[in-house]
Amino acid sequence: MENIAKEKFQIIGTEDDAADLLARPPINFWKDAWRRFKMNKIAVVALILLCVLIVMCVFAPMVSKYDFEVMSDARNADPSAEHWFGTDKLGRDMWTRVWVGGRVSIIIGLTGALISMTLGCIYGGIAAYFGGMVDNIMMRIVEVLISVPYLIVVILMSVIFEEYDIPQLVTLLLAMCITGWCGTARFVRSEMLRIKSEEFTLAAQLLGVSPWKIVIRHFIPNTISIIIVNITFSIPSYIFSEAFLSYLGLGIEPPGTSWGALASAAQSQFTFYPYLLFWPVLMIALTMLCFTLIGEGMRDALDPKARK
Amino acid sequence: MAEYLVEAKNLCKYFKVDRKRMLKAVDNVSLGIRKGETLGLVGESGCGKTTCGRTLLHLYEATSGEIYFDGKDVSKLSGKDNMDFKHRAQMIFQDPYSSLDPRMTIGEIIAEGMDVHVKLTGQERQQRIVELLAAVGLTEQFAGRFAHELSGGQRQRVGIARALAVDPDFIVCDEPISALDVSIQAQIVNLLIKLQRERGLTYLFISHDLSMVKHISDRVGVMYLGSLVELASSEVIFKNAKHPYTQALMAAIPEVDFDGDGKKKIERLEGEVPSPINPPPGCRFAARCKYATDICRQQQPQLVELEPDHFVACHHCK
Amino acid sequence: MENKEKILEVENLGVSFHTYAGEVKAVRGVSFHVNRGETLAFVGESGCGKTATAKAIMRLWNPPFVEIKSDSSMKYNGEEIMDMDNKQLQSLRGNKISMIFQDPMTSLNPTMTVGKQIMEGLILHQGMDKKQAREAALEMLKMVKIPAPEKNIDSYPHQLSGGMRQRVMIAMALANKPSILIADEPTTALDVTIQAQILDLLQGLKDEMDTAIILVTHDLGVIANFADRVQVMYAGQVVERGTTEEIFKEAKHPYTWALLSSVPALATENKQELYALKGTPPDLLLPLERCPFAARCEYCMGICREKNPAEVSLGETHSVACWLQHPDAPEVQSFYDRRKK
Repeated sequence: MENIAKEKFQIIGTEDDAADLLARPPINFWKDAWRRFKMNKIAVVALILLCVLIVMCVFAPMVSKYDFEVMSDARNADPSAEHWFGTDKLGRDMWTRVWVGGRVSIIIGLTGALISMTLGCIYGGIAAYFGGMVDNIMMRIVEVLISVPYLIVVILMSVIFEEYDIPQLVTLLLAMCITGWCGTARFVRSEMLRIKSEEFTLAAQLLGVSPWKIVIRHFIPNTISIIIVNITFSIPSYIFSEAFLSYLGLGIEPPGTSWGALASAAQSQFTFYPYLLFWPVLMIALTMLCFTLIGEGMRDALDPKARK
Repeated sequence: MAEYLVEAKNLCKYFKVDRKRMLKAVDNVSLGIRKGETLGLVGESGCGKTTCGRTLLHLYEATSGEIYFDGKDVSKLSGKDNMDFKHRAQMIFQDPYSSLDPRMTIGEIIAEGMDVHVKLTGQERQQRIVELLAAVGLTEQFAGRFAHELSGGQRQRVGIARALAVDPDFIVCDEPISALDVSIQAQIVNLLIKLQRERGLTYLFISHDLSMVKHISDRVGVMYLGSLVELASSEVIFKNAKHPYTQALMAAIPEVDFDGDGKKKIERLEGEVPSPINPPPGCRFAARCKYATDICRQQQPQLVELEPDHFVACHHCK
Repeated sequence: MENKEKILEVENLGVSFHTYAGEVKAVRGVSFHVNRGETLAFVGESGCGKTATAKAIMRLWNPPFVEIKSDSSMKYNGEEIMDMDNKQLQSLRGNKISMIFQDPMTSLNPTMTVGKQIMEGLILHQGMDKKQAREAALEMLKMVKIPAPEKNIDSYPHQLSGGMRQRVMIAMALANKPSILIADEPTTALDVTIQAQILDLLQGLKDEMDTAIILVTHDLGVIANFADRVQVMYAGQVVERGTTEEIFKEAKHPYTWALLSSVPALATENKQELYALKGTPPDLLLPLERCPFAARCEYCMGICREKNPAEVSLGETHSVACWLQHPDAPEVQSFYDRRKK
């Protein structure tokens, strides 16, 4: 055995509190989530791409030398240095039109998701909090609403709203949100019920914390991350619905435009001028893909079960 | 007989399973907890001990029966009296992982109850948090941390600090140590005993770990399938148990015998606990009891005082 | 123990978890062996690496998040488990070594009847046809003393109680007559009266089938009544090993003493302060140059904070990793001296 100095064998006892000190650096939930999100390369690329798309939608029409509504003689021109994405059958610059249309699509996607999420949270939250009979009745109402065919509601609403001269954007949003929040309400309810059964909610009740405060301090912070992920996933479906409705002629009408409307207009000339269809469709696909990939990245980053 | 701080009379708590069936989680339980004592409540899982504790704290509405806290009927409390009850009766939970909100810092968790009951300035509040952390053996630096950064034992200490924050008299400890490691269990039990001495707390200590219950309790109640089968001082329960179920429970503890040959024949109780949904009439334990006779299967025995302060519910213990 | 044939030899096993904060070395160079037909218990607190070790034997860890160190060696009957391909591993798992877990509900498939689940392994490993397998499954259910086996063979896991489910797990694990059964906290989720039944059952089956059992538990009471040999683990290392008698009566490591004294004996005075270790186990993220127990050890010496002690043999079966065994170390009052007072 090697030589060890004798004085090394003095008993010195336990280290005071040493073992109780926290060895790992403190880490905040959101910081940790952001760190995990950054590890997902695909999601980061999607986020950057989405930012680029949004920036283009906001600024590209401003700096473009063409106005999206102004017609010219260069009809159905192929993409060139003059008209980067070509022109449509009325000679309007596609580059400008695609980005102007993008504004509508993205605004609809974002606000639609936000509105239905807010409605759904409030509704689902109330149902979960009160439980029992209230919950039962509220959830049956949701089931009835979900079973109403969505297209019929949209057509009815656009017909009614047309008479009152309400902007098409608002009509479209309302029509999509009127049933869109139902799924969210169900989902929020189940999440809240889960939190309700956790022991920390019981502890808060025991401490005499008021119901309203329990909702604000416990229910919302514990569900918010999952709700955010859900919002992200629902945005592409709103964008797609808008495109779909505009394509059917139920959405944005000229002179306004959106990606769906552009695609619809291009459809008749598709065989001769395929690029007219290509650009809006590419944008729809890219935006939806970005949101879905970001949503997946966020889900992995925020999922408490995956946290370790 | 000494004054009871908490008293339950014929307490029942049934849960509706569906239209026809009832889950009798707590069935006709009467017990009293004296000021400053620890009453242990033992039994196997599903025997209703947790439900009993929660009903005592009015977390669940009792189906029937009365609960008195300091002489007042808990179900009739309102307004100020109710808030008063809320800060005098607290609970420590079993699962140190689900009992702390993962989105709140430890400081916020501890302060939650204080914020409801007392008005404090920011500085006083901070100071009180540090005091409470120190009382449960944690340092100041924990206040800014989140629950997931702590070990199980540390979390359980935070749970204790949260309960202490409102200066309670009575604490229901619902399996506070069963999710912890042995060396940590001893720390928590020591802490609970120390706090009881310092603050004159009254505990209801719910656990399935008989040796720990014996160690911490003054008196022990044994539950089986929703009813109390035996209640006596912990010495008596462990040395002179009368009810066949209590006897079987004692015999099943795998004990470490340092002086003997190490191995002891573990006694085996046949069968399993039946479902508490629509239990058969008669003594709940009859199906597994080797002494069961006809009367046991027909009539449910009442809890009677066999010797002073030793209650047994069995037809054959006289 | 007359039967000393070693069926499993593990040497220098290392298991690491890769997490955001870095590499958590859960198992740090653990070596041990299992003899045919004996019960070896791993005891220690959560996070001491006992389950990680047990799972590593079955190669149940998946890269990249969990890594079994390449310099580890695990030999089953002389065959290197580390070198096995997927096919060999499959025949090893379930057939030669099988495992039961703490929570029988999550380890049984809720959509299959228990009979089918037992038959699955029999058909896979023994090449039985359906009828033979059903016969054998029925036989197994009888062996683990499930009441009304003819009826219960067709029930689903949720129809059975916790104790029954654990019996089914045992039946599944033993169906192929493995030579090693790894039982990871088999009774922790069960009530005391059921725990006693399950332990009795395991003991009986072990003797009948000559199966070795690796019992992973934190319950010293269970070990005292059930194990032949014990190895005490702390922070991913073995700190002491010996026969059950040696561990309970002649333990030499302060951590073993602490474990032994944290069990309140039924005879002690009520509300006495229990002997409790201070602090919590070390964070396995950190490199451990010193004795892992040093910070919590009341007999800690200067050397303990500088170097990790090597395992010192105290007898044929008993060995301990502690600087107190060094000839220069002072005599200390052991757990047993303290207990006599």
